[in-house]
Amino acid sequence: MTFAKRFFGGLVKFYRGNPAGIIGTMIVALILCACLAAPVLTDNDPNKRVARGHQPPSAELPFGSTRAGKDVYTQVLYGGRVSLLVAFSAATITTVIALSIGVTSGYFGGRIDEVMMAITNVMLVFPQLPLLIILAAFLGQVGPFVIALILGLTSWPWGARVMRSQTLAIRNKQFITAAEVMGEAKWRIIVVEIIPNLVSLVAGMFVGTALYAIGAQAGLEFLGLGDPTVVSWGTMLYWAQSSAAFFVGAWWDFVVPGTVIALMGGGLALINISIDQISNPKLRTGRYLRIWRQLKAQVDAKRSQS
Amino acid sequence: MSAHLSVRDVSLDFTIGDTLFSTSYLRAVNRVSFDLKTGQALAIVGESGSGKSTIARALCRLYTPTQGTITLDGQDVNSSQALSAQRDYAQKVQMIFQDPFGSLNPVHTIRHHLRRPIKIHNPTLSVSEIDTKILELLDRVGLAPAEQTANKYPYELSGGQRQRVAIARALAVGAQFILADEPISMLDVSIRLGILNLMEDMKQEGIGFMYITHDIATARYFAERTAVMYVGHMVEWGESDSVTQNPQHPYTQLLISAVPQAERRRSTETKAKKGDIPMWTPQSTGCPFAGRCLHATAKCETHMPGPTEIAPGHFVRCVLFSTAP
Ligand SMILES: Nc1ncnc2c1ncn2[C@@H]1O[C@H](COP(=O)(O)OP(=O)(O)O)[C@@H](O)[C@H]1O
Ligand SMILES: [Mg+2]
Repeated sequence: MTFAKRFFGGLVKFYRGNPAGIIGTMIVALILCACLAAPVLTDNDPNKRVARGHQPPSAELPFGSTRAGKDVYTQVLYGGRVSLLVAFSAATITTVIALSIGVTSGYFGGRIDEVMMAITNVMLVFPQLPLLIILAAFLGQVGPFVIALILGLTSWPWGARVMRSQTLAIRNKQFITAAEVMGEAKWRIIVVEIIPNLVSLVAGMFVGTALYAIGAQAGLEFLGLGDPTVVSWGTMLYWAQSSAAFFVGAWWDFVVPGTVIALMGGGLALINISIDQISNPKLRTGRYLRIWRQLKAQVDAKRSQS
Repeated sequence: MSAHLSVRDVSLDFTIGDTLFSTSYLRAVNRVSFDLKTGQALAIVGESGSGKSTIARALCRLYTPTQGTITLDGQDVNSSQALSAQRDYAQKVQMIFQDPFGSLNPVHTIRHHLRRPIKIHNPTLSVSEIDTKILELLDRVGLAPAEQTANKYPYELSGGQRQRVAIARALAVGAQFILADEPISMLDVSIRLGILNLMEDMKQEGIGFMYITHDIATARYFAERTAVMYVGHMVEWGESDSVTQNPQHPYTQLLISAVPQAERRRSTETKAKKGDIPMWTPQSTGCPFAGRCLHATAKCETHMPGPTEIAPGHFVRCVLFSTAP
């Protein structure tokens, strides 16, 4: 009960005076809900031919049709389910690995730390995008599940280092020593005393990785490394490109998935920025503006009185 | 129920440089012996870097002595590394830290900070019994209204109030000994006395204190016995009144003359040479104060005498008083 109260209290505090966070959350929530409600919002099947090829937007087909005569509107809704599932799964995998490795390494130190950081650093020096392309090419055309796995398993090292350095800072705080002196078990110190102090970092990392995964997945699929029979935002771009939509003037074929990806990316980026502002007070701007406005209002009120 | 925490000949080394061919050590505590008894306080006085916190942490089992033994009622406290052994020990010996802003977890309520120690050491208590106990403790350390305080977060409390929470936490496990590491040095002067008096009450109720400070005046106010440390060595110890009114070791005299006092004239101020505070290693010999001492002789560079009892229960380690050849 107190946990729920604190959770919602935290949310209210997060969004108050934070327009970037509100707008970002609204965009992401809107797209997410639309994709989840796809069966309600459309009667068509994303894989079925419903019209002639490359029909422009009309009342019938709000976003037109693809070269193969499929409904772009329906595809973008159903494709979003796949793209977002991949993005959030990859973000979950990354965050869980980064958190476990970072916190374990930072808290225990010594040999454990040395070994874990050696692995992390090796992973870190691999340039990521080429690695992804090679992996995907090596595995052949990969489905969304494999893409989520590849993205999740390759993007944690940087996050692990951030978590580790933050854990190191917390570990030296006296409340951790106090818990140790108290006879608290090590796992409990990690889970109850350390991790709650990392919440904003974890949230930021999750959103940041989701943002990266949306782009990386679209990129891989656009390059033809994904499974083109699965409808997602990336494969929609791939088909638009391979059917020369740009040259025949069927702009809707690539503009629609492109715009959704950009919107989703923008929304996530806005959330990410506002989380950064919370965890790093130096970046905070809105609060000072508000204080300034309050002061100005007070001064103005005094002036008008006299 | 009286208990007895005993430190015998304890030395503690830190590894400071670790190269392929050699490891260098810093000796933070060198052959220290003292006893803590329930219902009494021992003040450890010394400037920063003299090893006071290190010895307190060793007493909490956070560090293991390089040499020597620490015993609680005759039992070696470092004989088992198991969590259960730490818990048994924690139930008797607790610590209070210097920084009231670092010793409480910012994401947890005061209730959480007291619930855990009670729960760890009394796993059979019910939720409502624990809650009653929490409120009792908060009342006892002067944080009424307890119910409201329990629901607060650390940032809603002042430094002095947080330090009271830290004391309540030590009481929550039912500790017999509390190691207080400069508990008031970061508080406003106006609230220091309140905390000291609270600790005095705890002492009257039978808790034994080790009171670490660099302020010799509060040592005399609060503690029955005082030990003066310099660079890891205990140089003078005994009844607080005797040590502070009649200091014999040149370092203690220097320390006391540094305390501003209205009635003391300038001319009586003890002076010392401007010397560096040495870094002690396991190989170092002699008296650590030799470089700054006005009475230092050639012998001081190589020889640190054992304790000499200059008055009943008042000991000094200095060649000036050493009767041994
Ligand atoms: N974890 C550590 N590693 C290495 N050196 C340490 C460590 N802790 C303390 N020291 C050193 O040990 C000496 C004593 O420190 P400390 O016990 O904190 O002194 P005090 O509490 O009296 O100010 C200092 O020289 C300090 O630099
Ligand atoms: Mg200290």
